[in-house]
Amino acid sequence: MDRKVLICGGTGCTSSGSMKIADKLEEVIKSKGIADHVKVVRTGCFGLCALGPIMIVYPEGTFYSMMSEDHIEKIVEEHLVNDRIVEEYVYEETKTPDGIIAYNQTNFYKKQHRVALRNCGVIDPENIDDYISKDGYKALEKVVTEMTPEDVIKVISDSGLRGRGGGGFPTGRKWQMARTIVPVADQKYVCCNADEGDPGAFMDRSVLEGDPHAIIEAMAIAGYAIGATKGFVYVRAEYPIAVHRLQVAIEQARERGFLRKKLFGSDFEFDLDVRLGAGAFVCGEETALITSIEGNRGEPKPRPPFPAEKGIFGKPTVNNNVETYANVPQIILKGAEWFASMGTEKSKGTKVFALGGKIHNTGLVEIPMGTTLREIVFEIGGGIPNGKKFKAAQTGGPSGGCIPSEHLDVPIDYDNLIAIGSMMGSGGLIVMDEDNCMVDVAKFFMEFTVDESCGKCTPCRIGTKRLHEMLTKITKGEATMEDLDKMEKLCYYVKNNSLCGLGQTAPNPILSTLRYFKDEYIAHIKDKKCPAGVCKDLLSYKIVADKCKGCTKCARNCPVNAITGKVKEAHVIDQAKCIKCGACMSNCNFGAIVKE
Amino acid sequence: MSSTQKVKVAFNGTAEQEKALRSMIREHKGQAGSLMPILQKAQEIYGYLPIEVQSIISEETGIPMEKVYGVSTFYAQFSLYPKGKYRISVCLGTACYVKGSGDVFNKLKEMLGIEEGQCTPDGKFSLDACRCIGACGLAPVMTVNDDVYGKLTNDQLKGILDKYAD
Amino acid sequence: MVNIKINGVDVSVEEGTTILKACRDNGVRIPTLCWLKDINEIGACRICVVEMTGARSLVAACVYPLSKFDEGKNILTHSPAVLESRRMTLQLLLSNHERKCLSCARSGQCELQALCRELGVDDELLFEGARNHYEIDTSAAHMYRDNNKCINCRRCVAACGVTQGIGVIGANNRGFKTSIGCAFDMDLADTACVSCGQCIAVCPTGALSEKDDTEKVWAAINDPEKVVVVQTAPAVRASLGEAFGYPMGTNVQGKLAASLKRLGFDHVFDTDFGADLTIMEESNELLERIKNNGVLPMITSCSPGWIRYCEAYYPEMIPNLSTCKSPQQMSGAMIKTYWAEKNGIDPKNIVSVSVMPCTAKKFEIGRADQSAAGVPDVDIVITTRELVKMINRAGLRFRDLPDEEFEVPMSSGSGAAVIFGATGGVMEAALRTAVWKLTGEKNDSPVEFKEVRGVQGVKFAEYEAGGVKVKVAVASGLSNARELLEKVKSGEVDVQFIEIMACPGGCVNGGGQVIVPADVRNFVDVRAERAKALYGLDEANKIRKSHETDDIKSVYDYLGEIGGHKAHEYLHTTYKASGLRK
Repeated sequence: MDRKVLICGGTGCTSSGSMKIADKLEEVIKSKGIADHVKVVRTGCFGLCALGPIMIVYPEGTFYSMMSEDHIEKIVEEHLVNDRIVEEYVYEETKTPDGIIAYNQTNFYKKQHRVALRNCGVIDPENIDDYISKDGYKALEKVVTEMTPEDVIKVISDSGLRGRGGGGFPTGRKWQMARTIVPVADQKYVCCNADEGDPGAFMDRSVLEGDPHAIIEAMAIAGYAIGATKGFVYVRAEYPIAVHRLQVAIEQARERGFLRKKLFGSDFEFDLDVRLGAGAFVCGEETALITSIEGNRGEPKPRPPFPAEKGIFGKPTVNNNVETYANVPQIILKGAEWFASMGTEKSKGTKVFALGGKIHNTGLVEIPMGTTLREIVFEIGGGIPNGKKFKAAQTGGPSGGCIPSEHLDVPIDYDNLIAIGSMMGSGGLIVMDEDNCMVDVAKFFMEFTVDESCGKCTPCRIGTKRLHEMLTKITKGEATMEDLDKMEKLCYYVKNNSLCGLGQTAPNPILSTLRYFKDEYIAHIKDKKCPAGVCKDLLSYKIVADKCKGCTKCARNCPVNAITGKVKEAHVIDQAKCIKCGACMSNCNFGAIVKE
Repeated sequence: MSSTQKVKVAFNGTAEQEKALRSMIREHKGQAGSLMPILQKAQEIYGYLPIEVQSIISEETGIPMEKVYGVSTFYAQFSLYPKGKYRISVCLGTACYVKGSGDVFNKLKEMLGIEEGQCTPDGKFSLDACRCIGACGLAPVMTVNDDVYGKLTNDQLKGILDKYAD
Repeated sequence: MVNIKINGVDVSVEEGTTILKACRDNGVRIPTLCWLKDINEIGACRICVVEMTGARSLVAACVYPLSKFDEGKNILTHSPAVLESRRMTLQLLLSNHERKCLSCARSGQCELQALCRELGVDDELLFEGARNHYEIDTSAAHMYRDNNKCINCRRCVAACGVTQGIGVIGANNRGFKTSIGCAFDMDLADTACVSCGQCIAVCPTGALSEKDDTEKVWAAINDPEKVVVVQTAPAVRASLGEAFGYPMGTNVQGKLAASLKRLGFDHVFDTDFGADLTIMEESNELLERIKNNGVLPMITSCSPGWIRYCEAYYPEMIPNLSTCKSPQQMSGAMIKTYWAEKNGIDPKNIVSVSVMPCTAKKFEIGRADQSAAGVPDVDIVITTRELVKMINRAGLRFRDLPDEEFEVPMSSGSGAAVIFGATGGVMEAALRTAVWKLTGEKNDSPVEFKEVRGVQGVKFAEYEAGGVKVKVAVASGLSNARELLEKVKSGEVDVQFIEIMACPGGCVNGGGQVIVPADVRNFVDVRAERAKALYGLDEANKIRKSHETDDIKSVYDYLGEIGGHKAHEYLHTTYKASGLRK
């Protein structure tokens, strides 16, 4: 029986050695003489990064998780040679009373619906034939040979596809503007925003790593629709695997005649260039991205004029994010109605989220719009580890906000998220539990924004800095209620006055935590307490005399000699000396040290 | 963009490096918007972008030196200073942060006696914070050159640094 | 046309008009800070924000072009949200600004200060927090750069990079740490800065200012051992009055002379004399070059900013530069030789001061080969602005001063000399004398060469005189100069004589002139307005050609032949490639 073994070659699994495992696997397979019967495929991301490195064996769909090179010998011998699944290495959740189930029957995969990610973890991204075998480039062929640009725009408009980069602008309308606003242009550009910068978000990277041809195909389709012959993919340099695979894919597409030459016997030509970012979050903002491609400091420009009118090098430009493009070929092939049948009234299709933080199944999931946060966190994500309580989920990264438990059942789509004070963003979804201080979280995001502000406009350059200082003052217990009012006022000012989206959304993490967790702010200010026990300046470690056995371990581990006490007697922490490092607490074997 | 450290490290560029730099720039000549790729490749050649390198870029492209510098100080990935033999990078992305990478970062600062963006006096380790590298499943994460260390605790740090004792 | 409402009032404007212009044309002034028309339209400072129906946030009026999509929208320019936002913007700027306002060189002319007053900022400490601290760059001969007072409006960056095409200063780093400076934070003096001072002229605060040399002047005046003489450039009289409430373009020559005398200068001369002398030498040099197949086109050398530019950016064109010293230096040279000898004064005892519209002149006096009498031709340069300070400090009621004359024999300027202060003026003055010579030195030779007048960046003209075709070009502003020089180098432009002035519009718009706030600069053509004063003086002058003045005739009794040995020794100079970092 012929088998296929898929090994995840996404960044997460690669980081924990999946490519070495793949090499070992091939070596062992060869040594067992079954190389003709087993195909090893290095794919893009499977999604369940928490359990990496991941390997799936077909046809059973057996899900081996947390692989290591040491497991290979046994799996090849038992499973690939002798058809016996190696139970000890399979993902726990696939073990059922009825035997081992396929990976796609698990909670993590069951509720997902993969459109943008359909090829990720399925095909070898460096092999164009794999892509072609999954209807690859058929959409482009259909567009170029059977459709007018207007037809293409109509299908995309009718599908209801909206920008997946955060803003949610209707893609069809964007293309329409780029096609018509400047009727005659000597050059137009198609641009792909792969400068995924939200901390904790890696959807775009996974698509580029797992299915790069889909992006190339979609960009060519966009080029055809708006009348552009040239495209740029602006991708973070921090994504070396994605960049490599994209470049390989572009070369392959050129060789096969899907790029550069006249496509499918038509007069339409299209070619792509890759431009690397260099570590500036603001370049995810489209006008900043354009200035960066032009070779400048990535500073945003006022809009209007919009890129559809004056974009790269002053030419009409359409700019979409990776995930948006990943949907396009499917929409062309399966039709606008198919896509529009998924999702909610105003948000069609699916959305990819990167789950992170205090959640069991960190990784990548794609769900239909309208799925609730509860389903994502507790069913797909497997809930919160260590029996802790869910406190909030943060979406939209530094531009977004925190969603508290009272909104766990809100169906997720663009408009609902905005209504509850957050935003879709590019799809980062970070779960926080009771141990996370919401003021600290807001401060973390504000620190990020201060670092990433381009410095061009006053509100963002100075305003975010002042907001961060105000939050610091709060976490130190030095703020007053008047400061809180002043901070809120400054938040609205920065939102309303900043030049670009970065500044206009920068206060959202504060505003949303103020909206749902104001009590935590007040506790910091009035009671000088951090309820979650995070803000060091408001903490004190104390030894519960009853529980202390006088073992002296804490005193020995205290870096500043703040703990004194006689052997076998209760110890005491000198609060004046304590630097709140927590070493005592983590070293106490008796749970005698508490922080409050 | 780490202009915090103003240690002048002697420039040791070789003739081969300069030749590679100049021919690379000439390949890009005339291409609109080529300054970023030029800077990226120049940093690949030299490891950093000191004044000597930026002068050549300015001279070859005709772009004012100040503009080259302005661009190089805008993007976090461009470095005006040499990096350590072992470049430590701690992920302070959200997923890692909520899992305690901030503590890891502070511990490393303390252990190495340097601040963010700096290099130990012996040139061995440099320390940077980075944004999400996408290994969120392994949070908290740090990298030393190309090695990735995940699910970190402070206790492991000494052992990790000891690996790079040579 | 787009129909909108401004504060509820219907107005109709052409598509593409900015909100700011639409408002201005309809009686509403929107305050601005970073906006400089055409050269710095970046929407960065957010002072000009307005409310607009349907907009997600406030919009920057300076850069928002109204289009058909805005049809019917209402724009609010002074709603509570707008005014409060502007005030907060100012308060944030102040929180990172060195608030040493009382002792600041710009106090009183500071745009930030004026906006705070206008918008009612009542607490400069509202957003106190961390501030950036910078060392003051004092390296350049002509100016200070104090980033502690910088508000990152980038007007200087635009003046340097866009207007002048130089770009030795720009934005570095990012976020809160963004600062304006040179590459690798090097000193301005180590860069190819040409000292034009255009950055100072557009700076809204005290972050950029000329080096104040007034104390040196006071010290000289108060030194009984010294003979303190002063000369003043043509363009100064076209701008000085603005500081005392006169409309732009008012000629205040008489009160200028009167105030200099009252400040305590021993002798008050007019650089017009040096300008006439320059014409004698330069027109002669031109004709010689034409006659002897010398290097052409010959390019004027009056503008020290331009000279520095040429030495750094176009060293290959140094042979094209006229070897003539600038009028300031010619005047200075003659004061310490001719005039000193005539009056039996040891040149070492003379302190020669010049009042200039120019900051590069502060650099020029330190150049090599500018010491006809073995001591520097000119000792101290003060700008028009510094003169204003002196007049005010001395308590002179400028407007009440009588109109007085400059002192002979170093002052009787022709009409040709006074137009040196405007772009095309040197060219026209040279043509007056050159054509006179070429056409047989007849008194009725043409006076006006209007083709070379006006504020366009690059101008061309062609004249025929005495069978000789003279093709000329004029450029002002160094971006324009570069454009012209590139065409000359490529052969696209073929002329014999070029006038280049570093500052757009010439010296009237020099970097040392009275500051014109952006609010005025954006709507009035400073170059044209001030030039009017000079062309008015020219027309009113009975003598309009340099060679016709008595002073010139008598000075050549001393110098001998025009372009002769002595003239060369005293009045000509040399240049060399500077190799400074571009």
